Amino acid sequence: MAYSEKVMDHFRNPRNVGEMKDADGVGKVGNPVCGDIMELYIKVKDETIVDAKFQTLGCGAAIATSSMVTEMVKGQKLEDALKISNSMVAEALGGLPSQKMHCSVLAEEALQSAISDYRKKKGE
Amino acid sequence: MGRIYLDNNATTPVRPEVAEALARMLKGCYGNPATLYCIGQEAHVELEHARDVMAKILGCNREEIIFTSGGTESDNIAVLGVARANRKKGNHIITTKIEHHAILNPCKALEKEGWQVTYLPVDEYGMVNPEDVERSITSGTVLISIMHANNEVGTIQPIAEIGRIAKAHKITFHTDAVQSFGKLSVNVDELGVDLLSASSHKIYGPKGVGLLYVRKGTKILPIMFGGHQERSLRPGTENVPGIVGFGKAAELMAAEGPAEEARLLKLRERLWEGIKANVPHVKLNGHPTMRLAGTLNVIFEYVEGESIILSLDEHGICAASGSACTSDSLEPSHVLAAMGVPPEKSHGALRMSFGRENTEEDVDKVLEALPKVVEKLRSFSPIYKDFLKQQTA
Ligand SMILES: Cc1ncc(COP(=O)(O)O)c(C=O)c1O
Ligand code: FES
Repeated sequence: MAYSEKVMDHFRNPRNVGEMKDADGVGKVGNPVCGDIMELYIKVKDETIVDAKFQTLGCGAAIATSSMVTEMVKGQKLEDALKISNSMVAEALGGLPSQKMHCSVLAEEALQSAISDYRKKKGE
Repeated sequence: MGRIYLDNNATTPVRPEVAEALARMLKGCYGNPATLYCIGQEAHVELEHARDVMAKILGCNREEIIFTSGGTESDNIAVLGVARANRKKGNHIITTKIEHHAILNPCKALEKEGWQVTYLPVDEYGMVNPEDVERSITSGTVLISIMHANNEVGTIQPIAEIGRIAKAHKITFHTDAVQSFGKLSVNVDELGVDLLSASSHKIYGPKGVGLLYVRKGTKILPIMFGGHQERSLRPGTENVPGIVGFGKAAELMAAEGPAEEARLLKLRERLWEGIKANVPHVKLNGHPTMRLAGTLNVIFEYVEGESIILSLDEHGICAASGSACTSDSLEPSHVLAAMGVPPEKSHGALRMSFGRENTEEDVDKVLEALPKVVEKLRSFSPIYKDFLKQQTA
């Protein structure tokens, strides 16, 4: 098993790490397969994600996909962001070893969950 | 950047004298040891010299040593071979939850064939209780197999004590000594074992070579069939160069004796003391004293093992983890689980195992890198953040 250079780059220098205190939506998900945890924070303006941050406890693939998904969603309309799938994140990283594909599911789920959290909060 | 190899329980670098012995055999000694002409006899003499070295280390007769393709094959022959030879006598095997998969998986295969297997628990230090062994014995028990030293946490089992119990009940006793052979005393009479597995690549020998000691009179059947080599228990033309390399490696280990173990112990303790002083929220896995000198298994709470390994690799440091994320099965370490470590903690387990090439300088370099690595990973760990909030609340 070997990670792509792009995965290693995002692992080494994860983009958008940290907690966002004034987030509009927060997605907290756990990977039932291995027990890893990801939190994704989004800031939304006019139905557009203007900022995203993450915190992740997990393997190299989990950290790299977290980092990549925050990059991918920034500037996206919510409806477009919802279309981002785990395989799109993996692809953007130059692919993942097959036994590590499940890690990218965490990123997709965290994103979905952050958006629904935002909508729930807004609805109130 | 010099590499710091701290995964000597996984495998070891071949030492120069062994590489020379291998080269000598590959270049100039190609005869089949079963043949009568000179080059065959030359190979035979080399093979038997290696057997003598092993017999001396184990305190046994040369005829009791079977060369194999490694620890895995030795373990399989021991478990499957003893079970099949004793089918009429019973159908029960006693082993432990912390064995290597080379023992656990043949046991599981036998369970599918109708055998009963007791997997004994261990305490929080990874130690088996000999009383549990005795209590588990039934009239149908034909084999007890308990490892000498554990590969993940290094805990050394009370083999001699269990050996006395096995003997009193006249039950065949095997130990997987892959991690202890060449490091601890493995005199088969002192340990009271009937079978013992060892492997070459853990003691600076080549990969793909091992041995199984089989006490004279032990009922055992082959699991592979062919020629009459290795008393027909392991048929097939012997890996003569590999065995000669294994012999050389074992001879050198024996010559060094306890001095090298004492050196490794000092390195290990220097590292552990340094970790404790520089990284908060760490926990030692394994027995405080009854442990392999070169093995250090530590849990770094609130981080995940694979991410530590990848980060250390960036600093040229090679180590191993017990995290589910590093194993292809995505199961956390079965050894740590048996010791009562919950999955969320074994997630952060790191194993650093020392060998003859390691120096104090290596330890200091690790102590330079490791605290930074853990701090960085914790800085974006959601559970560490939650923990810190709890602290201040
Ligand atoms: C305790 C133990 N048993 C068995 C083995 C298997 O040995 P080998 O790699 O020689 O097949 C190993 C090494 O991985 C081990 O650590
Ligand atoms: S998140 Fe655990 S294996 Fe990748």
